[in-house]
Amino acid sequence: MTTTLREAVALTEPPSRPSPLSTTLTFGWRALLKIKHVPEQLFDVLVSPIIFTLMFTYLFGGALAGSTQAYIQFLLPGILVQTILFVTIYTGYTLNTDISKGVFDRFRSLPIWRPSPVVGALLGDTVRYTIASVITIGLGLVLGFRPDGGFLGVLLGVLLLLVFAFALSWTFIILGLLVRSPNAVMGVSMMVLMPLTFASNVFVDPATMPSGLRAFVEVNPVSHLVTAERSLMAGSPDTTEIVWVLIASVVLTAVLGPIAMRIYRNKT
Amino acid sequence: MSDSLAVEARGLVRHFTTRKSVTKAVDGIDLSITEGSVFGLLGPNGAGKTTVVRMLATLLRPDAGTASVLGHDVVRDADAVRSAVGLTGQYASVDEDLTGTENLLMLARLYGFAPAAARRRVQGLLEAFDLADAGSRQVKTYSGGMHRRIDLAASLVLAPRVLFLDEPTTGLDPRSRNQVWDIVRVLVDDGATVLLTTQYLDEADQLADRIAVVDHGRTIAEGTPSELKRSVGEGAVHLRVAEVADRARAAEITERVLGAEVTFDSDPHAIAARVPDTGADAVPGLLPALTEAGISVPEFTLGQPSLDEVFLALTGQPLPDEEPGGDGVPAGSARSATSTETTEASR
Repeated sequence: MTTTLREAVALTEPPSRPSPLSTTLTFGWRALLKIKHVPEQLFDVLVSPIIFTLMFTYLFGGALAGSTQAYIQFLLPGILVQTILFVTIYTGYTLNTDISKGVFDRFRSLPIWRPSPVVGALLGDTVRYTIASVITIGLGLVLGFRPDGGFLGVLLGVLLLLVFAFALSWTFIILGLLVRSPNAVMGVSMMVLMPLTFASNVFVDPATMPSGLRAFVEVNPVSHLVTAERSLMAGSPDTTEIVWVLIASVVLTAVLGPIAMRIYRNKT
Repeated sequence: MSDSLAVEARGLVRHFTTRKSVTKAVDGIDLSITEGSVFGLLGPNGAGKTTVVRMLATLLRPDAGTASVLGHDVVRDADAVRSAVGLTGQYASVDEDLTGTENLLMLARLYGFAPAAARRRVQGLLEAFDLADAGSRQVKTYSGGMHRRIDLAASLVLAPRVLFLDEPTTGLDPRSRNQVWDIVRVLVDDGATVLLTTQYLDEADQLADRIAVVDHGRTIAEGTPSELKRSVGEGAVHLRVAEVADRARAAEITERVLGAEVTFDSDPHAIAARVPDTGADAVPGLLPALTEAGISVPEFTLGQPSLDEVFLALTGQPLPDEEPGGDGVPAGSARSATSTETTEASR
């Protein structure tokens, strides 16, 4: 063992410092490896959209829209938004797991561009978002979802959603850095997301809601996102709402990103 | 060994603020570690050892004081420090979901090795650490010893000039512990500087050129292992008498033969005595003297002073009890590290 050890640890010429892009991609690769080794983490991603879509379509479809066929045209873009937003919680969950397992300290002791572990993890998360989107839309098509926007409309809808999910993830990164355990991250995040997604226009038209609730639903960013999604998938883009979502994404990233990185740097 | 310093710290302080109180985890520690040497930080749980290492590894900012590694300031020049040090310990681990190979490859890529060079480097490390067969398995399936070896390998991907090992053998079986010690010796032979924290005097004695004993965030003694042990005494005798009633008499005889003060612990059969410099030659005579007096001694142990005894000698008080809310093993477990030579004696 000793001779091989001597050779293996012999001081080599240190390689030149890798670029931020290279280290970020390496962390993205790590996120993919984790999906490969722990496929269970995709279980929620796969199962919850299926259950939600089936349940709401068949439970409420007839009552709310006259037929399940009519309801799914309305529901599917909303369910897609809800699904992806729930998946963003995993960003905070995995980060918190890294911290509690000590992997985080190993990364922080490396001479690399500091945000790369976080940004790389976000890149890996887009894979999860994409899988969840494909499943939800695929199931929708089977159930009779026929978007007038066609493939392009749906694709643009998914892209817009990814932009917003990426921006929203910073919230969960901050939670992941501050909260004590991975399960606590889950709990707190659910408490934030449940009211945001249910008190919105995901499932029903807010016209029949009491005025107080309706006021909330109308300022709820999720409602703006869902309206933008519906318009894109229906082939008649609502520019105001789309721009609103893009601006919200930029603001979230510009404000929360630096806060998250500051907490990350000073994390003890 | 050159005289330049690999690690230098002056007046390091770090507080932790909780809702209720401010704890001074590190309360003014100075370190001077010569390049190419092994320095041991010895102390009980909660002494501040890990906090010192985390500050030197740029993971924590000191609240006061300065520290530099190979001349680079740990705060102002943190990136240069990170390029030069490797860190292994309770707090810097590998990803248990990934395989051993993937973990090392990831680190090699993060250090800037090109893909082919990274693979060569990783293969060499896996073979050197006796992990080549386990490379394609997830780390969570590894045994304790393998886990510690992959942790060590991970901190050696760049062949650091300074290596911080935070309690590298805590919880390992003796064989794995010896493997870790061998690795450390090879690294030091090759010119690396090692800062090692440990709860075990034995381990510090085996590996370190110099030892600092820390308690409550302060250095309470520093020197070479032999200097420290001399300050404590040559060793310690532990014995158990068969009859509780004989203990007082046995203590008297022990004091007389060794010329040492006897201490009693909670076990009503047990007696312990530090062997003073002058008493080392008298130790072989103790057992016959007891036997002559008609005292049955089923257990008689001569060993290095335990960490408890080092503490007792240095501070005049026993190891502090586990602080409320503190994690880790109880202070008494440090005793298990005493290297002992046991002789069974019966009438």
